[in-house]
Amino acid sequence: MPPEPDLCFAAAFAPALLDPVRPAPEIVTGPNGKAAGKRYDVYRNNVTVSLIDALAAIYPAVQRITGTDFFRAMARFHVRGTPPISPLLSDYGRDFPAFIAQYEHAQMMPWLADVARIERAWLDAYHAADAAPLSPAQLAAVAPERLDGLVLIPHPAAGIVRSQFAAVTIFAANRDTSPVGRIDAATPEDALVTRAEFDVVVRHLPPGGAAFASSLMSGRPLGEAAARALDAAADFDIASNITGLIEAGAFTSIAFGDV
Amino acid sequence: MTTAIAPDMSAVPLRYSAPIGGVAGTSFKPAHLQAILGAKQQRGFFEVHAENYMGAGGPPHRALEGIRRDHPLSLHGVCMSIGGPQPLDKAHLARFRELVARYQPALVSEHLAWSTHETSFFNDLLPLPYTAATLRNVCDHIDQVQDAIRRPLLLENPSTYVAFRESSMSETDFIRAVAERTGCGLLLDINNVFVSATNHGFSALDYLADFPLSRVGEIHLAGHAEQADDEGDLLLIDSHDGPVADAVWKLYEIVIQRRGPVPTLIEWDSKIPDWPVLRAEAAAAQAILDRCRPAGLTGDRHAA
Repeated sequence: MPPEPDLCFAAAFAPALLDPVRPAPEIVTGPNGKAAGKRYDVYRNNVTVSLIDALAAIYPAVQRITGTDFFRAMARFHVRGTPPISPLLSDYGRDFPAFIAQYEHAQMMPWLADVARIERAWLDAYHAADAAPLSPAQLAAVAPERLDGLVLIPHPAAGIVRSQFAAVTIFAANRDTSPVGRIDAATPEDALVTRAEFDVVVRHLPPGGAAFASSLMSGRPLGEAAARALDAAADFDIASNITGLIEAGAFTSIAFGDV
Repeated sequence: MTTAIAPDMSAVPLRYSAPIGGVAGTSFKPAHLQAILGAKQQRGFFEVHAENYMGAGGPPHRALEGIRRDHPLSLHGVCMSIGGPQPLDKAHLARFRELVARYQPALVSEHLAWSTHETSFFNDLLPLPYTAATLRNVCDHIDQVQDAIRRPLLLENPSTYVAFRESSMSETDFIRAVAERTGCGLLLDINNVFVSATNHGFSALDYLADFPLSRVGEIHLAGHAEQADDEGDLLLIDSHDGPVADAVWKLYEIVIQRRGPVPTLIEWDSKIPDWPVLRAEAAAAQAILDRCRPAGLTGDRHAA
């Protein structure tokens, strides 16, 4: 239902907030007939700068890699084209990695979008529901003949990001201020992101590990997940991988059969 | 009464916290968590932006639980868009209610402003015209919030940079009418009064004389920044990034003398200083509150 005609002020006020070409809306003014231009610009500036700041807070490694000026210019384009649709800014910027992937000036950094995907997964893990992770003893108690049909319930904070580039190493090297050495960006790396209790941890999964963990986290039984992992990497070690996932806090509990 | 009765969880959590009286508090910033928890428990309270604690879990809730264990809390909503023409976001209102239930804040407040239009969230406190139609709309929205949280909301006066040609009443008349119709309380932001008075060329003292002080349940003090308008005249920006200005302190003292002690918050949201700096601003407000304590309530001072 459209608002009554007397409530059209927001429809008149809003469009120029993210469009610097439009003049200040006719409905507003300064006092005693003064102009509204620079006054309205305060709102434009508040909106744009606060949303760029929100992206900078979610993507600090991307900003460190690109430098602040490059990042803010890139983020400004994204903010103007894709403003938030939720008042929760921790949900903002989900489209930013895809924007980076097609951003003309970032083409010489083809791994940058995947670093952003890891940062987005990091924040999701940070805010995810708290849950006690599955203990290794619970898995050890399962009878061997039942392992094939075992289903693991994923932890709310667990996520996987796959990359054709060394995204995990680049992410880890740029999340703080210590010097970054030379990185071979061409080595594919998949990330496991978890938060068992307080701290979000990003791990580099071994070959086949992402296929394995993705299958398990989408509710496929252990036997099927292992087959997918072996398809991806012939030397895949099931025992060490399942132990690694559980120790990382990727799951909360055990079930059997399809769930 | 020792009979155990299974609680109705939909009704039980919305308890009031005890009134906190004339104490000064500060914004809670996560960077200060260790300094606050490491210090001896002190008089005062902490205020948080509700939206920063609407995630499902994780470190933000751990921090807020740690703060809430030993201190009264003020829950300050920033994004409800109460002043906007479109219906309130029901999911957002539910999240707000959940926080009130979970943390049982002593104070709950929101803004006379809007931040969402159609599907876009602008992350700023945007202004509205003051007309009969916007008055009905704001009152309707506040009724909905108060129905959800089952307690009076404190509504904050805005800082503004533009005026609407269509406005037909003053901001103080509008706010008084909202309070009378909805029964809400008011959060008087004295820095906002000073900023708006400068920007629109009116007297801050006249505004405060017109403001329904008896409804004020909390006061905000904050720093502002200076820019210029199109004519080159001073335009103040409500930046919350520095100490409270001397002129705002003077207005505060006048309000407290007239109103008596009210919970007072030092707001500092950007260029966050070290904890002792913020705590010292709160101590300055506390000194004014204690000095203006009405006669008869000074017994603790004599006993000391």
